[in-house]
Amino acid sequence: MRKLIYILLFFCLISNAKTITVGRLYPVKTIKQAIALANDGDIIIVTQGVYKEENIIINKKIKFLGKNFPVLDGQNKAEVLSVAADSVVIKGFKIINSGHAALDDPCGIKVYDRNFVVIENNILDNNFFGIYLQNCKNAVVKNNTIKAYGKQEQLIGNGIHCWKSDNLQIIGNKISGHRDGIYFEFVTQSVIWRNISSYNIRYGLHFMFSNDDSYITNVFKGNGAGVAVMFTKNVKMFNNYFEENWGDSAYGLLLKEISDSYIFNNRFARNTSGIYMEGTSRIKVEKNIFEANGWGMKIQASCMENEIVNNNFLGNTFDISTNGSLVLNTFNSNYWDKYEGYDLNKDGFGDVPYHPLSLFSVLTENNPSSMILFRSFMITLLDKSEKVLPSITPDNFIDNKPLMKSLPL
Amino acid sequence: MNRIIKIILLDILKNKIVLTYTLILAALSWSSFALEDNSAKGLLTILNVILFTVPLVSVLFSTIYLYNSSEFIELLLSQPVKRRKIWASLFLGLSSSMVFAFMVGAGIPLLINAPNSLGLMMIIIGCLITVIFVALAFLSSILTRDKAKGIGIAIMIWLFFALLFDGIVLFLLFQLSDYPIENFMVGLTALSPIDLARIQILMHLDVSAMMGYTGAIFKDFFGTSSGLVISFLLLCLWAIIPFFISLKKFNQKDL
Amino acid sequence: MITIRNINKKFGKLSVLNDINLSFKKGQCIALIGPNGCGKTTLIKSILGMVIPNSGLIEFNGKSILGEYLYRENIGYMPQIGRYPDNMTIGQIIEMIKKIRNSNQELDEDLLKAFELEKMFDKQMRTLSGGTTQKVSAVLAFLFNPDVLILDEPTAGLDPLASEILKEKIIREKENGKLILITSHLLSELDDLITEIIFMQEGKVHFHKSIEVIKAETNETKISKAIASILKQKQSKNQNS
Repeated sequence: MRKLIYILLFFCLISNAKTITVGRLYPVKTIKQAIALANDGDIIIVTQGVYKEENIIINKKIKFLGKNFPVLDGQNKAEVLSVAADSVVIKGFKIINSGHAALDDPCGIKVYDRNFVVIENNILDNNFFGIYLQNCKNAVVKNNTIKAYGKQEQLIGNGIHCWKSDNLQIIGNKISGHRDGIYFEFVTQSVIWRNISSYNIRYGLHFMFSNDDSYITNVFKGNGAGVAVMFTKNVKMFNNYFEENWGDSAYGLLLKEISDSYIFNNRFARNTSGIYMEGTSRIKVEKNIFEANGWGMKIQASCMENEIVNNNFLGNTFDISTNGSLVLNTFNSNYWDKYEGYDLNKDGFGDVPYHPLSLFSVLTENNPSSMILFRSFMITLLDKSEKVLPSITPDNFIDNKPLMKSLPL
Repeated sequence: MNRIIKIILLDILKNKIVLTYTLILAALSWSSFALEDNSAKGLLTILNVILFTVPLVSVLFSTIYLYNSSEFIELLLSQPVKRRKIWASLFLGLSSSMVFAFMVGAGIPLLINAPNSLGLMMIIIGCLITVIFVALAFLSSILTRDKAKGIGIAIMIWLFFALLFDGIVLFLLFQLSDYPIENFMVGLTALSPIDLARIQILMHLDVSAMMGYTGAIFKDFFGTSSGLVISFLLLCLWAIIPFFISLKKFNQKDL
Repeated sequence: MITIRNINKKFGKLSVLNDINLSFKKGQCIALIGPNGCGKTTLIKSILGMVIPNSGLIEFNGKSILGEYLYRENIGYMPQIGRYPDNMTIGQIIEMIKKIRNSNQELDEDLLKAFELEKMFDKQMRTLSGGTTQKVSAVLAFLFNPDVLILDEPTAGLDPLASEILKEKIIREKENGKLILITSHLLSELDDLITEIIFMQEGKVHFHKSIEVIKAETNETKISKAIASILKQKQSKNQNS
């Protein structure tokens, strides 16, 4: 009996939460009015239409839902949506034309120091910053489409910008045309999953001082550079695609001052450089595919104790290049399509070690103009003779057990 | 004109060397495409064929053929045929049969295994290189009456463009590495048809690498459509100019 | 028919033709004689346009031949040493020349039949003897009924029978009113053929006289003897002076 009463009471509480509908045909015409009327736990449903209300501040624990993607237009003046309450849900809006200012970073949606905020299924178009999480915990940003039309790095903000946060989930978003697709600074214990970040001006994904995160199954395509991971440790990078990040100093993945991380089962295709490593240590690069890149991996001499194991190197112009002669990293059991050795004992590993560093990649490192001679007959001859008798390239820069067949990845 | 070309064409196509050349090209291309599951190795093989074998065979075979057909030329000259016509017919006959051999040997496997812009590019460039080196053979064979000397000149021409020229470029690159020489380098490549051809193919084959570093500078020229047009015009000039010099000399030649 | 004016030709430093002036008319049969290397063949090749003179003018029917080629339709040329593409057969060569000339004139196949070349139509040129090659050259020269016949050492290498056939053919053509130009060392062969003689030496025309004049001057009936006596006179003159 008592149980029944509790259940009844529970239902009463639920029905207590009222629903406010906003629209031209409803008594409540503006969103600001609706928020003013609402209490914590209420639902605001916004119907189709264009709402030009400048800065809307959500300061109550409400569910803020759009029906048929109502448009919130910032008219290039202000931040469109500001969230200043915990547990707010924002769903189904089209948010456009935030202001473009250099000083106060106006955003499509900005969350200030809050927890458990959910931002889902929105379309953001032509905003300075897309979604900005500042000092948030346990936030979810899911299935949003974020698009901007930036031309210059300084004149546009990031797609999803996260600062000093913890336990975030960035899932299934599509981001293009911003400065960085996704930006992480001092963000920990977070996951980035199934996003598509393409044609952004600077990086597809940018990591700074963000430890213990993972990003999994994302696509980074055609960005100024794919992903930059800097000054960070313990990052897991699984199953991502890094494609067509082309240009002067463009990379699929830029690693700078990072340690103790794991790069597994990614695909680097048609980048100027697949991975560029600088000051990196104790990283394991395993079971990745490097395909048709200009340089498969560029490993600067400042890297140490990295392990490159069981990767496929296919059709890269250069598999590996380096700027020094010191070798502190290990290569083992990779497949190199340029390997010309043999396997007499049929154990699947070539009997002669492979030198992944070609003479010409050293030449171009010293004198980039010599790229113009690439694939000329003379260079081919020089490269062949260098393979037999290494003189310029470090002779311990080798894969001792090159695979004879490519790994099925 | 057509009658003479037809006679020459029939004569060349019966030639065992052209047949062997076609077969070797075909064997090389097919086997290199069949060896690997991706077409990259096959394309590389054909690239080397275009930059190495095609010029050598074109220039050498054409030179020898011209010397061997001196009787034929003499016979035609006593007939009511224009000199210009004889020389042009020989050129058209030789270049079209060599192009035909290249198309059958390397073009068909390319079309089947790499039916994209790169494959098409390689076919066009291969044909152009063939014609250019046939034209250079005409030049070398008109320069001297002595067959041995003429063949020597032909081999020197090939050796120069296939190997020595790149050596000179490499030397200059390192001698002048302190100066901004990229534009100069771009200009320098115009002096070698093989380099022009190679870089055009590189722009497609190694596009990722060409986008980076200085590559971008080269890409800015060769990769643009105007650069492409200029390269092709230059390649055409490499075929036209040697042939016209030889034609002029042939018009003045005593037989 | 053919006029040659002030022709000069040098091969490098060597002067091969030195201010040659000649004219040939229809119906004449002219022998071009002289020691080896006196410029006979070069003169003939100049007329054919195969050698281009350094200076001077050659006219064919009143028109300069420089840069022209159609006038060669009226010339049949039999070279001293016929050189033909090795891997073609006799039949193919004749067929090819027919195609190149592309004339719808009636073909003169007298010699073809007389030399019995039709039997050897599918023999390759490289397998032929020098004599047979000469026969092919002769056939080609006469095949298209040209107005002018230029024969460079026509009987050299031919067997007596073939030589006789060719001579008869030349006489017949002469009687048809054609201009015939022959170079030869064998003066005795020319007896019944020729109407005029041109004697060349060291790139110069020594004399150009009709046969009657020569015979009258030297009181000889045979050309060979007449020439010999002229040469002797010259020699003795040189010695005297």
